[in-house]
Amino acid sequence: MILDPLQQLGRAGISFFERLGRGNMFLLQTIAGVPALLWRPGLVIKQMYSVGVLTLLIILVSGLFVGMVLGLQGYNTLSDFGAEESLGVAVALALVRELGPVVTALLFAGRAGSALTAEIGLMKATEQLSGMEMMAVDPMRRVVAPRFLAGFLSMPLLAAIFSAVGVYGGFFVGVGLLGVDEGAYWSQMQASVDLHDDIYNGVIKSIVFGFVAAWIAVFEGYDTVPTSEGVSRATTRTVVHTALAVLGLDFVLTALMFGD
Amino acid sequence: MKQSMAIEITVGLFVAAGMAALFVLAMKVSNLSTSSSGESYIITAAFENIGGLKVRSPVTVSGVRVGRVDAISYDFDTFEAVVQLRIDIMYDSFPEDTTASIYTAGLLGEQYIALEPGGSEDNLQPGDRIQLTQSALVLEQMIGQFLYNTATSEDK
Amino acid sequence: MQQQTPLVQVRNLVFARGERVIFDGIDLDIARGSVTAIMGPSGTGKTTLLKLIGGQLFPQTGSIVVDGENVDKLGIKDLYKLRQRMGMMFQSGALLTDLSVFENVAFPIREHTDLPETLVRDLVLMKLQAVGLRGAAGMMPNELSGGMARRVAMARAIALDPMMVMYDEPFTGQDPISMGIVVKLIHELNTALGLTSIVVSHDVQETAAIADYIYLLSGGKVVDQGTPDSLWESASEWSQQFLNGEPDGPVAFHYPAPEFRDDLVGGGQHT
Repeated sequence: MILDPLQQLGRAGISFFERLGRGNMFLLQTIAGVPALLWRPGLVIKQMYSVGVLTLLIILVSGLFVGMVLGLQGYNTLSDFGAEESLGVAVALALVRELGPVVTALLFAGRAGSALTAEIGLMKATEQLSGMEMMAVDPMRRVVAPRFLAGFLSMPLLAAIFSAVGVYGGFFVGVGLLGVDEGAYWSQMQASVDLHDDIYNGVIKSIVFGFVAAWIAVFEGYDTVPTSEGVSRATTRTVVHTALAVLGLDFVLTALMFGD
Repeated sequence: MKQSMAIEITVGLFVAAGMAALFVLAMKVSNLSTSSSGESYIITAAFENIGGLKVRSPVTVSGVRVGRVDAISYDFDTFEAVVQLRIDIMYDSFPEDTTASIYTAGLLGEQYIALEPGGSEDNLQPGDRIQLTQSALVLEQMIGQFLYNTATSEDK
Repeated sequence: MQQQTPLVQVRNLVFARGERVIFDGIDLDIARGSVTAIMGPSGTGKTTLLKLIGGQLFPQTGSIVVDGENVDKLGIKDLYKLRQRMGMMFQSGALLTDLSVFENVAFPIREHTDLPETLVRDLVLMKLQAVGLRGAAGMMPNELSGGMARRVAMARAIALDPMMVMYDEPFTGQDPISMGIVVKLIHELNTALGLTSIVVSHDVQETAAIADYIYLLSGGKVVDQGTPDSLWESASEWSQQFLNGEPDGPVAFHYPAPEFRDDLVGGGQHT
C-alpha cells in the first residue's frame, strides 16, 4: 500500500520530534548521573582510555597530514602573491578555528562514537543493561554517564592535539621542504593568531562538539532496537547524525564567533 | 589490578598531552607570548586616515614590537580617527615629539603603527596624545595622484 | 514453610503492550522458601511477568506486592533497595562481557557494599564454589559455554544473599548434563540458602522435578495451578496437552486459517 506522501511527511516529522524529545530527556538523565562520578573517577578513567587514548593515534596521523596538506596548498596559493611568509598564519588559523575542532569531531564520531553506540547497543541487546537494573545498578549512572563524560572531556584535548600537530606538519612542509623562513613562519603566526579570538573560540567549538558527539553516541546506543540489525543501524546513525550536527553547529558557532 | 594501573597511566599521559597541546597553541602559535600580559600604559594618536588598521595591530619602534592598538574611535570635533596605543611599561621613555606612522608589512601584510622618536628632552606621559602623525597610504589615492601629476606635467 | 504471608502476591494483574494484552487479570502467590514454577507456551509473557515482579515494567492495573512492598508504587530509591534483595538469572546469562567471571560475580558486591578487597574475594570464591566454577574465575564470559555462563549468572544472582531468586528459562538450550546441573543447583541453593525461587520455564520434566507449586499460564490467564502431582491428575484438557506435549488438542496444530480445500480451489486469492 502506498501512503499519501503528505501523510508520510507528517509521520516522519512526528517521529523526528519524538526522538528529539526522548534524546533531551535522556540527556537530562545522563547529566544527573554525572556528579556521582566524582566519587568513582575510575569509571571515567577507564572510558577515557577507550574513547580518548585509543582515538589518539588516528588524531595524530590525521593532524600531521592535514597540516602538511595545508602547508603545501597554502604555499602554492600564497607564493602567487609573494606572501609565502604568511604561511604560518594560514596554516594556524585554518587549524585552530576550523579544521582542528571539526575534523577531530568527525574522526571521533567514526572511531569512538560508533564504538560507544555499538557497545551500549550490544549491552542492551544481550540484556546486560536489564541485568544491571535487576542488580539494582542504574545503567544510566554506571554505563551511560561515564561514557558521556569521557567523550565530552576527551574532545577538546584531542582537538588541541590535532591542531598542535597540524601546525608542526605545516612547519615541516613549509619550512623544511619549501624553504619558507622559519622565523617568519612562527612570528607571523604569533602576530596574527589571537589567544582569545582564535584559540579560545576553537576550544569552545571543540567543547560543544564533544558534548554533542558524546550525547548522540550514548543516546543512539541506549535507544537501539535490541537486535543485530538495530545495533548496526544505530552505529550508522551515530556517525551520520554526529557529522551533520557538527557541521551545522560549526556554521552557527562560526557566525556567532567570527561574524563581527 | 596491574592492567588498570596501565590504563590510568596512559590516560594520564593522554590528558597531559592534551594540556601540552593547548599550551603550545597558546604560547607558540598565538600572540600570548608577545602580547603584554604585564603592565602597560596608554597613549593616543589621531590620524586623518587609518586605512586597514585594526584593534590588536602591532605597535613597533625600529621594528621592535612595543605594544598594540587597544581601541579605535572617531572624533567628530576634529574629523579624525583616534587610536589608543597600549604600550608595555618597560618602554616608557618616548620623547614628546615622537612621530606615529601607519605602514603596511609587505604588499598584502597587515598594517601596523611605527613610532619614530624625535629629539625632545621631555617624554610622553601616560594618556598623552602624539602630535605628529602620518596617515596610512591608500593605494588608490597614490595611483590617482600619480596619474594626475603625469597628466599635468605632460600638458606643460 | 508456608506459615507467613506469601513473599510475592500478584492480584488482578493486567498488562498490555500496545494493543496486545499479555496478562488479563492474573492472581499468583509465591510462598516463602518454596520453588514456584511459572509455565506456559512460548510467547505467554513469562519473562514479562518476572520483569513486572522486578519492577522493570509496570502493570496497567492490579498490584504486585513483594515482601510487603507494592512494587509498582515504589519510588526509584526504594525499588532499588528492594531489588538488592532479589536476584535474577537471565536466559542469556546477561554477564557483563568486558569483565571476567570473578569480576562479574563481584560486580553487585562492589556496587552495593564497601567491603575490603580480601572479603570481596572470599565472598566471590564462595559463590563460585557453590556453582562449581571456582576454577573458571579468571575466564572471560566469551570463553564460557552456555551452561557455564548460566551458572556464573546464578552465582552472581546470589552474590548479595537475596531473599528471592528469579530464573528465566534456566533449562532452555542446554545439554542433558548441564541441564541436570542447573536443576540440582536451583534445588540446592533454595534449601541451603533459604531462598524463595521463581522458575519460569516450559521444560515440563525438569521443572516438575524441583517445583513445589506450578502455575500454568496461557492466553493471559492462569489456566491451572497446583503441586506437580496434582497437575498430572488435572482434568483440564489444556493442562494435559501442555504437560504431555501433545501436538494437537485445545491448542490447535493449525494456526487459524480458511479451510484448506477452499484455499486450494480458490487459488491465488491470498492478497
